[in-house]
Amino acid sequence: MKRSNKLFGISAIFNSPNEIIHAAKVIADYGYKNFDINTPYPLHGMDKAMKLKPSKLGYITLAFGLSGALFAILFMFWAMSIDYPQVIGGKPFFAFPAFIPVAFEVTVLLATLSTVIGLLTFVFGFPNNKQSLHDTNYMKKVSADKFGAVIYADDQQFSELKVKELFSSLNASSVELIYYFEKESYPIFQPKFLMLLLAVAVVTSGTTYFVLNKLLFMTPFNWMVYQDRLSAQEKSEFFSDNYGARPKVEGTVARGFLPYPFAGQNIPTETLVNPLLPTKEVLKLGENKYLSFCSPCHGNYADGDSRLRGQFPNPPTLHSTRAREFSDGMIYHIVTYGQNVMPAYESQVTREERWAIVNYIRALQRAKNAKESDIKELQMGLLDASK
Amino acid sequence: MHQNNIEYQKKDLPKNLSQLGWILFGAGLILGVIGFFTDQHRALLNYLIAYMFILSIGIGSLLLIALEYVGGADWSVPIRRVVEFLSSTIIFLPILVLPLVFSIHDIFHWAHTDVVAKDEILKAKSSYLNEAFFIIRVFAVLAVWGLFYYLLIRNSNAQDITKDQLLTKKNIILSAIFIPVFAITITITAVDWLMSLEPHWFSTIFGVYFFSGSVIASLAAITLFVVFLKEKGFMHPKLIDDHLFSLGALQFAFVNFWAYIAFSQYMLIWYANLPEENFWFLQRWENGWQYLSILLIIAHFIVPYAALLSQPAKMDPKRLKFISVWILFAHFIDLYWLVMPNVNGYYFSLIDIVVPLIAVGLIILVFNYRAKKSNLVPIGDPKLQKGLDFRVP
Repeated sequence: MKRSNKLFGISAIFNSPNEIIHAAKVIADYGYKNFDINTPYPLHGMDKAMKLKPSKLGYITLAFGLSGALFAILFMFWAMSIDYPQVIGGKPFFAFPAFIPVAFEVTVLLATLSTVIGLLTFVFGFPNNKQSLHDTNYMKKVSADKFGAVIYADDQQFSELKVKELFSSLNASSVELIYYFEKESYPIFQPKFLMLLLAVAVVTSGTTYFVLNKLLFMTPFNWMVYQDRLSAQEKSEFFSDNYGARPKVEGTVARGFLPYPFAGQNIPTETLVNPLLPTKEVLKLGENKYLSFCSPCHGNYADGDSRLRGQFPNPPTLHSTRAREFSDGMIYHIVTYGQNVMPAYESQVTREERWAIVNYIRALQRAKNAKESDIKELQMGLLDASK
Repeated sequence: MHQNNIEYQKKDLPKNLSQLGWILFGAGLILGVIGFFTDQHRALLNYLIAYMFILSIGIGSLLLIALEYVGGADWSVPIRRVVEFLSSTIIFLPILVLPLVFSIHDIFHWAHTDVVAKDEILKAKSSYLNEAFFIIRVFAVLAVWGLFYYLLIRNSNAQDITKDQLLTKKNIILSAIFIPVFAITITITAVDWLMSLEPHWFSTIFGVYFFSGSVIASLAAITLFVVFLKEKGFMHPKLIDDHLFSLGALQFAFVNFWAYIAFSQYMLIWYANLPEENFWFLQRWENGWQYLSILLIIAHFIVPYAALLSQPAKMDPKRLKFISVWILFAHFIDLYWLVMPNVNGYYFSLIDIVVPLIAVGLIILVFNYRAKKSNLVPIGDPKLQKGLDFRVP
């Protein structure tokens, strides 16, 4: 690196920590403001000897640390309480204790990053890459085992003679004149350097990709995603027609779905006997299924008062004499096979559930048309109202 | 290591220090006894707080001595005697504990065998929480601490006369043994005296919580005495602000440590929200206790944190004196917060103020008593010169 004729500073080398602290004191007492001490490791008491003011870097750290905490809390407040509130573990949307660790981490992250970047920028002149002390014998020595002082030429009191005198009175060895580099600044972001960065990025990511995805590829944990069975509607190479979904094999019945033998026939209903007794459980099941499947048209109490508001013709009430005189098997047949505009419910409701619905309809019918004896029994507490 | 040639003349501490100690101790004792006859249960719990206060400062100081030896610290050598004097409260603990041992039934729920017999959880814990084993543990722990105190301080005092460097080495070994022993014994102490006040509750981090509180309290007491003695000219003249900076930095670190541990304990319990754990915090969040809980966060963490954040603040004697008194007060609140919510309903009693005076007075008296017997500077320590030359970078 070529150097100009302009003097940058005068450096001197000392042999021990005590000497350099003494030298720093003397230089500072002499009135020099613009000087520096370089040592291979930090020396206790150096700040005081050099009469350095406390560093301003702390304020940057504080400001960024505080804004990190604030940002983290505000962001979590927005994300967790406003934008996408979700109940997590029964905690409130603004779950402050849970935010503290994150806020702490962001605080530390921003504080440290800002300290490092602040240090690089304000102390080391980033993005300038070179300082005239570089590539000197002085720098080689003080970064190994010697202790150095350098007084810069732009100090107000600077004069070459006086500084040399001062150093020799301090018994310094190898006093050296240091000149500026020819160019004023060497910005770190030169095209060459940027190209290098780009090349390094491409090579590293490319190598990583090749090594991890091609060379050393191992099947990741995916045996829950890819299973041998077929998903619904999935194509299958196994069958000649490539349909994964197969039709029923002739002559077989799905589990729990006995086919209804009287579909499309005009009812031998007496042969269909209700297999269920009207126990509490059966009626509960019947109520449940009735309310799910029947009540939209027939109404909650089988009055034929649908909630459909005319979108579908209302069925007649089930409390008519005709309906009450239906046998159980008849109702079962209608539920299973459908009647007039009522569709069949064979596929939605199982056989047992249909019989439970029949029982429930019977209970509704009896409740609407109760006999006097029923009321008396109820008053005497003999009839359980819930049945 | 090399011999040092430090000139030091022993001076007596000012008389009004011992007077202050006697006044506080006497007033606390008399008013405390009166309080005992008006409200026995409350006075006993307050005495437990005072006892734990003395204990935490004593054992915290002994730990700091051990840390100095093990870590090879130089800066703390010139002030080590202050720490030693404060740790000497340990030898009074076996006497101070007697009123508590005699009233286990009044303090601890688990000491009633008829209650335990009806309670499945307490029955399961009774192999640990029973009177005989409790008393054995209490005195065994105090005996172990007394032993280590005796050995460490004996070596340190002997070094003043013989200037034997080997004694430092012996103390390093002793300290290395003491630190794990300390970890176990302080956990036992915290669990026995504080956690078992609520025998149904458990928290695995509780020992560390008490440890962090006691270290920050003893650091505050040390700083207070060091700044006070330095201002009156009793410390070595070469002891300067740089040494105070180290004390301030340690205080700052342990304020953070306490907050970290306290929050860890709270957050895990808050997150899991299990009824067998969370009732302890719920107790401290109702009936007026929530204000004390918030005060604890502010007094024990936020104020000391803000006051000690900057570098100049850590070496400013005025600031350090103020914040040390503050932290000691906060430590008292911490203990109060641990103990008192076990009394049903919140109410404030004058007994709460008078009993802690015993602790403060006693610490001053013990300090004064020990200062008469030993040098205030460990003049035989080979690291003393290096310690006095200590400078903040």
